[in-house]
Amino acid sequence: MAESTVVKTSADQLDERLIANASDPLGILRAFWARLKGGDLGSLPVVFGLVVISIVFYVKEPVFLSSRNLVTITQFAAPVGIIALGIVLVLLLGEIDLSVGSVSGASAAVMAVQIVNSGRPVIVGIIAGILVGVVVGLVYAFLYTKLGVPSFVFSLAGLLAFQGVLLYVLGSDGTINLPSDSWLLDFARFKFLTGAASYVLVVLIGLAFLASRLLSQRSRTRAELSAPSTVSILVKAALLTGGLAYLTYYLNIGRGWSYLWLFFAALVVAMDFALRRTRWGRHVFAVGGNEEAARRSGIKVTRIYLSVFVGCSTLAAVGGILGAAQLTSVSQATGTTDTNLTAIAAAVIGGTSLFGGRGSAYSAMLGILVLVSISSGLNLIGVDSSVRFMVTGGVLLLAVAIDSVSRRARSSSGRG
Amino acid sequence: MTTAPHQDTPAREGVAPGEPREVVLSLSGIHKRFGAVQALTDVRLEVAAGEVVALVGDNGAGKSTLVKVIAGVYQPDSGDIELAGRRVKVAGPRQAQDLGIATVFQDLALCDNLDVVANLFLGQERLKAGAIDEVAMEVEAWRLLRSLSAKIPSVRIPIAALSGGQRQTVAIARSLVGKPKVVMLDEPTAALGVAQTAEVLNLVERLRENGLGVILISHNMADVQAVADRIVVLRLGRNEAEFHTDEVTTTDLVAAITGASDNVVASRAARSKEQAHG
Repeated sequence: MAESTVVKTSADQLDERLIANASDPLGILRAFWARLKGGDLGSLPVVFGLVVISIVFYVKEPVFLSSRNLVTITQFAAPVGIIALGIVLVLLLGEIDLSVGSVSGASAAVMAVQIVNSGRPVIVGIIAGILVGVVVGLVYAFLYTKLGVPSFVFSLAGLLAFQGVLLYVLGSDGTINLPSDSWLLDFARFKFLTGAASYVLVVLIGLAFLASRLLSQRSRTRAELSAPSTVSILVKAALLTGGLAYLTYYLNIGRGWSYLWLFFAALVVAMDFALRRTRWGRHVFAVGGNEEAARRSGIKVTRIYLSVFVGCSTLAAVGGILGAAQLTSVSQATGTTDTNLTAIAAAVIGGTSLFGGRGSAYSAMLGILVLVSISSGLNLIGVDSSVRFMVTGGVLLLAVAIDSVSRRARSSSGRG
Repeated sequence: MTTAPHQDTPAREGVAPGEPREVVLSLSGIHKRFGAVQALTDVRLEVAAGEVVALVGDNGAGKSTLVKVIAGVYQPDSGDIELAGRRVKVAGPRQAQDLGIATVFQDLALCDNLDVVANLFLGQERLKAGAIDEVAMEVEAWRLLRSLSAKIPSVRIPIAALSGGQRQTVAIARSLVGKPKVVMLDEPTAALGVAQTAEVLNLVERLRENGLGVILISHNMADVQAVADRIVVLRLGRNEAEFHTDEVTTTDLVAAITGASDNVVASRAARSKEQAHG
């Protein structure tokens, strides 16, 4: 095949069994279809879900897709989304952390007590709150790697214990209101990126995407490997920039992008880079896929567990602090059951497998958008919160079912 | 690692027995004891560059123990290990790799969810400015696989999508990433079909052509006789016999392995010989 044509074939495209050729649009489609049939669904179900949700609620109540409502959805999705990002990490190792909600509540309470009761500066309160998360993660890692306690058990214990810590720290007050003039509340509630600055950001994101793709294309071509064509890169960059620009335009009719959401999005992008392009991320996937193989390859498995448990609890603390700032207070109900399960459900709904070794940082973002959209839509059409819980439960079940079915499809088509 | 140019003549003739070759790994007087069990007694083993030495023996003969001693998993109670004429101490699996001894264990220890490139370089990823250098790793992956004439359609598909023989290929290729001098293969064909076994045996030939010393542990006499230059038989933790492959029959091998000549294989061979002679 390679000899008969004049076109020089790249080193990685020589095998005649390859059905897809990177330069042939039909081949790309065929490979995409084969991947879907093989159970490699990626984020397709959740994107499809978001579209369905949008249409259903829009038909019932057009306000759902109003700029104002979308701004609210993104702003309120961010804190729990940050917690869900931590859950993605533990799920990648095939572990679970049921206590993220309680940890987020306890961290927020510690922060509130430092700021309000002890009168310390806001930054000290934040650091104290985050330290709670770090310490919890260290304890979890110790329990898991040294004592061999299953993560399900110690995080279930943590779920109860840190709810107790929340009540203890709050003391007799029950509720602590954060000072309304602090920059933290300002950041979480009233800061929005809008106008010219928002478009500059969109263009910068588009350029960064374009530059990174072109650089990778150039180094691949230089190494005589197959590379995507310049046209396809330009099209992708244009689609990304255009899409973001339209979203920005639409949200700018309302208040624009909240700083809180942008902070969350930046965390997601950074986490995605860390997972896919750093040695640490590669090792996380390896340990999640086959721990024994990872150990024999010289990977320090305990360090991976340590970093992941600490990362998860720390992100939970950050999410809890920002969530409290958004609600302006910490109460006995902060970070209880709802937060916990929403965060875990978001990661799973977004497409991170419960079985370890498969998932992405973006699943936290997509998953939390689905859940917050559903609850916002149900609120708008005036449905009781009892129904909201049932619907959320149903969606979670659906997501796990999709995960299980696609896992079976993968093993029967040999995609692990 | 010397990459020998492709030879048209079979490699077996290129490295005929008796031709002087550089000994890369040499063990002598290895003793290893577990509690009351003397697992290895005064065992010696030599491997030259470009030579395939098969290590055979019955269950409990001490093959695995010897492999683990070489791989640095166990420490011998006494005895010398020399690598390229220099006495070394293999303190652990990591040191063994650093010294140039690569081991492909029976369960291949690959991550099903990662692609071929990621598995090849697991634990020794190439970095560029702090990030994983996928391009350099992919180029090197293709070079390694080509040097083994391996049939892997794409290095960007997860291991789970590969056949047993292809997985074995990836595992062997991975052992070559650190540019070893000696490669040990523990039962590489145990779980494979006929075509895949042939594929793996071809790989062993390739390793020999590339000038590596290969230690092949196998239960399968046909495989051993197909690729090995020399066959070392262990029995009850001792060197029982050593053969050049050209001069040995399956009957001799089985007799050496079991330590008896009156077994089924030997008697059938004797019968058929009688019948042939009339």
